[in-house]
Amino acid sequence: MPTIFSRLLGSLLPLALSGATLAGEVQVAVAANFSAPMQALAEQFAQASGHQALLSFGSTGKFYAQISNGAPFDILLSADSSTPATLISDGSAVPGSQFTYASGRLVLWSAQPGRVDDQGAVLERGEFAHLAISNPATAPYGAAALEVLRGLGLERRLKDRLVQGDSITQAYQFVASGNAELGFIALSQVYLDGRITQGSAWQVPAERHAALQQDAVLLTRGQANPAALALLEHLRSAPAKALIARYGYGVD
Amino acid sequence: MSAEDLGAIWLTLKLATLVTLLLLLLGTPLAWWLARTRSPWKTPIAALVAMPLVLPPTVMGFYLLLLLGPQGPLGQLTQALGLLPFSFAGLVLASMLYSLPFVVQPLQNAFAAIGPRPLEVAATLRASPWDSFRHVVLPLARPGFISASVLGFAHTVGEFGVVLMIGGNIPDKTRVVSVQIYDHVEAMQYANAHVLAGCLLLFSFVVLLILNRQQRKIVHD
Repeated sequence: MPTIFSRLLGSLLPLALSGATLAGEVQVAVAANFSAPMQALAEQFAQASGHQALLSFGSTGKFYAQISNGAPFDILLSADSSTPATLISDGSAVPGSQFTYASGRLVLWSAQPGRVDDQGAVLERGEFAHLAISNPATAPYGAAALEVLRGLGLERRLKDRLVQGDSITQAYQFVASGNAELGFIALSQVYLDGRITQGSAWQVPAERHAALQQDAVLLTRGQANPAALALLEHLRSAPAKALIARYGYGVD
Repeated sequence: MSAEDLGAIWLTLKLATLVTLLLLLLGTPLAWWLARTRSPWKTPIAALVAMPLVLPPTVMGFYLLLLLGPQGPLGQLTQALGLLPFSFAGLVLASMLYSLPFVVQPLQNAFAAIGPRPLEVAATLRASPWDSFRHVVLPLARPGFISASVLGFAHTVGEFGVVLMIGGNIPDKTRVVSVQIYDHVEAMQYANAHVLAGCLLLFSFVVLLILNRQQRKIVHD
């Protein structure tokens, strides 16, 4: 009897122990434009590792202010590459941990099918009252949109028709609700598995604007958290990259 | 302070002043009716007036965006009247809805506190209803008017969520101080945000101080 009992114990104990050490939690601050893929990624990550990723979505600028003031996040998935760099130089993030997890793609979009042609000539024709962008001073997609307009020589002409959303999400709302006929938004907002899901769109060629590099960084608070390290590892894995690409982001 | 900051301040003052005046104009008859009526509609209407207190401002702004937009249920009307989102007029309309309870409720309370007696006395002295309203009700309800103006003005100056949702951040049309401060914070220009927020606080403090003094003087007189 004792042998069976000790054998049973011997086989169960490591399992219980490994379970206890494995099922960790990681608090992730996620740029709003990445919310849909990140929810799918968190599920994939939980299945692969047993760890749980707890997600908060918001603007990178707000996260910067919160993290600088002690917000309990382990990882930041930023909408840009400069905020992670600033956090590292501030001492709030771990040097050497920054890497690009996705490259954003810009799209000129209308909720109406057939309104936007696949060359963006609708901008030249100017048959619209409002063109929504996200705030160029705070949102990288907004800055990229201005750059595209400048490249087309339309920045001056369309200046009075620009309406700015606080984030790319709001720019989308302006267009989706029909208040703005057109808008520059993130491809990921209207794209799944190789297709535009609604309305009409011009996928802006990537060379028309500076790269929308979105970087992840390990925050000081998360440097000893195994779940945080595992998530960063997972973001670089092939299944994760395939998933990210499905949502219309570029991956290396 | 940059020209954009100054523009935002000027726009905010313009918006808050206009909204307060319009609300006093429309809120007075509404509050009068609410204070006097025995109609069964009184409680549902009073509840409707208080509704903007319940919804979070960004949520209210979101539904106004859907409602007032060209494809929304009121789109035809708002388009004809020029009250669409992304315009100053649209912002005035949204702010009036947002600040409505802050103007109507103090007025309603002030009217209710007067009671029927002074009006009956005025009527026996052959004052017309308009006469007694001007010469009896208005002076007696003056503290209520001051409260309503202060609250309506201050609440509109501090408005953020609604403007954020339907404004479109257009300089000199919809970019008010609160949005400008928010943008500074988002862009990590904290020094600019501090200056502007400081000015807003100082200005509001002075205005509220003056009005409260005014009110105390009336009460003491």
